[in-house]
Amino acid sequence: MNKILVCLKRVVDYNVRVRLKPDNTGIVTDGVKMSINPFDEIALEEALRIKESGKADEVITVTIGNEDTQQQIRTGLAMGADRAILVKADQVLDSLAVANIFLSVIKIEQPLLVILGKQAIDDDSNQTGQMLAALWDRPQATFASKVDLSSECVTVTREIDAGLQSIEIDLPAVITTDLRLNEPRYVKLPDIMKAKKKPLEIIDIDSFGNDLTPKIIPKNWSSPKSRSKGIMVDNVDDLIKALKDKDLVG
Amino acid sequence: MFKVLIIAEIDKNVLNTSTSKCVSCAMELGETEIDILIMSDDCSRAATAATNIESVNRVLTIEAKHNAEPLAAVLAPQILEVAKNYDYVFGPSTTFGKDLMPRVAALLNVGQVSDIMEVQSPRSFKRPIYAGNAILTVEVPEGLIVVATVRIASWKEAAKGGNANIQDLNINIDLPAHTRFISLNSEASERPDLQTAKKVISGGRGVGSAANFDLLYKLGTKMGAGVGASRAAVDAGYVPNDMQVGQTGKIIAPDLYVAFGISGAIQHLTGIKDAGTIVAINKDSEAPIFEIADIGLIGDLFEVIEELTQKL
Repeated sequence: MNKILVCLKRVVDYNVRVRLKPDNTGIVTDGVKMSINPFDEIALEEALRIKESGKADEVITVTIGNEDTQQQIRTGLAMGADRAILVKADQVLDSLAVANIFLSVIKIEQPLLVILGKQAIDDDSNQTGQMLAALWDRPQATFASKVDLSSECVTVTREIDAGLQSIEIDLPAVITTDLRLNEPRYVKLPDIMKAKKKPLEIIDIDSFGNDLTPKIIPKNWSSPKSRSKGIMVDNVDDLIKALKDKDLVG
Repeated sequence: MFKVLIIAEIDKNVLNTSTSKCVSCAMELGETEIDILIMSDDCSRAATAATNIESVNRVLTIEAKHNAEPLAAVLAPQILEVAKNYDYVFGPSTTFGKDLMPRVAALLNVGQVSDIMEVQSPRSFKRPIYAGNAILTVEVPEGLIVVATVRIASWKEAAKGGNANIQDLNINIDLPAHTRFISLNSEASERPDLQTAKKVISGGRGVGSAANFDLLYKLGTKMGAGVGASRAAVDAGYVPNDMQVGQTGKIIAPDLYVAFGISGAIQHLTGIKDAGTIVAINKDSEAPIFEIADIGLIGDLFEVIEELTQKL
């Protein structure tokens, strides 16, 4: 059976303007809208499309976090995932620990393909997929904007600084998604009802026996330097004059 | 004395300036011995350029046919062989470094510090999170190799005038064949590269069409400026992805940034926060970009582009 494993992270919704806690120990998340990391939502959409095209049989989501993540997991099931795994954890984990946990899940599920977002919009690390591919000793195709799956390999178009790169990788493999890969579907009410009956397996993080010692330790949160509000000019001549005063145009 | 290995980024056998910016970051660590690793099918040109960067101790090369294209799965095991003898392994926070460095970190069984914007101490670094809306200081425990990507918009190129030696390395290990390069579709451009240009002008959805972007290209040529775009303009198909500026596109720090018809979503603003002077032209006086612009002009972007093209 061809399985696709999709990793979903719960993050502060992308529309929320984040605020620091007054004591600089983190970001305010109490009462803040939370969502599936948008890149992971794209990953799930891609997995569903591959399944719908007949090239995969089952889409499984995996999430690491506390009970609160069930809200996002149910959304994933409502989008169309067949079943979900929650690796229950209360501690903060770095990307290497997360990759190690996903590897443990891979060893159980034996997926053909693992798809996840290229980065999570909270820590913006952009690491987990690459680390997972390294630990699994399998190919990686990061920043995917097009995925074409055949029986033994995948052709992936990658968005890189120089343009669009196309590579071919053997299966099984890890793919990380970029924004233009697809547009995720909206969840309909009947699907939310159906999702409640779909299987959600809860595994305790300690049962895998991974070394979870943090190798990157978050210490202090602060505000970025803000730019002060500038001036408004009325016309192009004044604009050119202002730029000339700053020696920015000849 | 810290030993630092910097993984060079090479484009068509030319050394990318991001490498020199990584050297600047490494120099902040304190007393260091900095080596640069060049991996390509033809290293000579990039290696010579690297010897010229100040404070560089040695330039190491691994010249091989399989290094012709930068495939992370192929490069990482070779880097592992070299990196074991270093305290730090740095790469640029470009798509090249972002793809490669976490793979290297995982093989070394260490974490990765992404996007170093400031070195606080040899084991403590500042980095942006939440699209630059917060800054996080992270610490790497003693005894672990520090693998990191360097946020290139935060660092200037190191000075020239070095005279490092070049040393060819012979790495004899089995490399995976599971990842194969097919093609690179690059929009050939005579305009300055976005990430190194001193001036950048940029268009949003307001530009309206691919054809209208020609007006920006014309103005860019006149000004000697690179041309970028917002995500909305790329999504609409007006311009290719390599022009996108923002959280998920390119993070840039030109002396002058001029935004035409860009409303200023936080994801875009994070890509331009380090620009010297930001100019915004928008017909909507409520556009959020005016909050951070140094100079704002409310008006029709086509009229402004035309007038600027005439008068500059």
